[in-house]
Amino acid sequence: MAENYGILLQWLIFLGVAFTSILGSVLLITRKNPIHSALFLVLTFVCVAVLYFLLYSPFIAVIQVIVYAGAIAMLIVFVIMLLDLEQELRSGLKLFYSKVVGGALAMLFLLAIIYAVAGAPLSGKLGPYTPAKLSDNVKVVGEVLFTEYLFPFEIVSILLVAAIVGAVVLSKRRA
Amino acid sequence: MGMPPVPPVLYLILSGILFTIGVIGALSRRNAIIVFMCIELMLNAVNLTFITLSRFLQSMDGVLFAFFVMAVAAAEAAVGLAIFVMLYRSRETINVDEINLLKW
Repeated sequence: MAENYGILLQWLIFLGVAFTSILGSVLLITRKNPIHSALFLVLTFVCVAVLYFLLYSPFIAVIQVIVYAGAIAMLIVFVIMLLDLEQELRSGLKLFYSKVVGGALAMLFLLAIIYAVAGAPLSGKLGPYTPAKLSDNVKVVGEVLFTEYLFPFEIVSILLVAAIVGAVVLSKRRA
Repeated sequence: MGMPPVPPVLYLILSGILFTIGVIGALSRRNAIIVFMCIELMLNAVNLTFITLSRFLQSMDGVLFAFFVMAVAAAEAAVGLAIFVMLYRSRETINVDEINLLKW
């Protein structure tokens, strides 16, 4: 019986968070003011982080909040405040075509995804990481990251250094 | 009578919906920062797919891929926003319609 309540709670959290994230992303692409868009982006990121918790990945959920909702969103808000943007001009004919044709193609794409996903059950070999084993998620992630994925991990650190140097060089004033 | 847990199909469909909303936003908005935010939203939707499949196929690879995607997204944010600041300094606008130097 207690297990039943757990699953009911899981459904409630999933449905609430799913609708909130869809609403947040729709508001993100429709608001005129970029700051409002950035705040709805944060809302969507936090909703996706809650979904990661439901999927037994607390490590990725915490990283999502720190990196996306913290660092990247804050950077975006900073740049918006720095730039003093004018209001977006009303749509011309070209924009109308891009909205209608692009929207129709995107909806077609969504239908294709739903068709592909709903048609077949999840097939594939099951790995060794059962939910019980994932309960100490950080330890498991660390073990895999520093053995099997050590080389990509080092490459990513070089990539981050290159990005920081690139950002500094780009925003330096030419003498 | 037990209730079934949330099936993976729902997570994947939610991910597809978020990705599609991101595509529509990236196609229909002209402000470069909002286009950038839509791209971040699309990256997030793909991450959700990675984590879902990783959970239901009981493998760790999807989680690690999501980790690397986040690192690349952070690098992209740093460089991309620096480019926007430079563009605004030299052109006084970041409307993607008016930045057409490379267009043929």
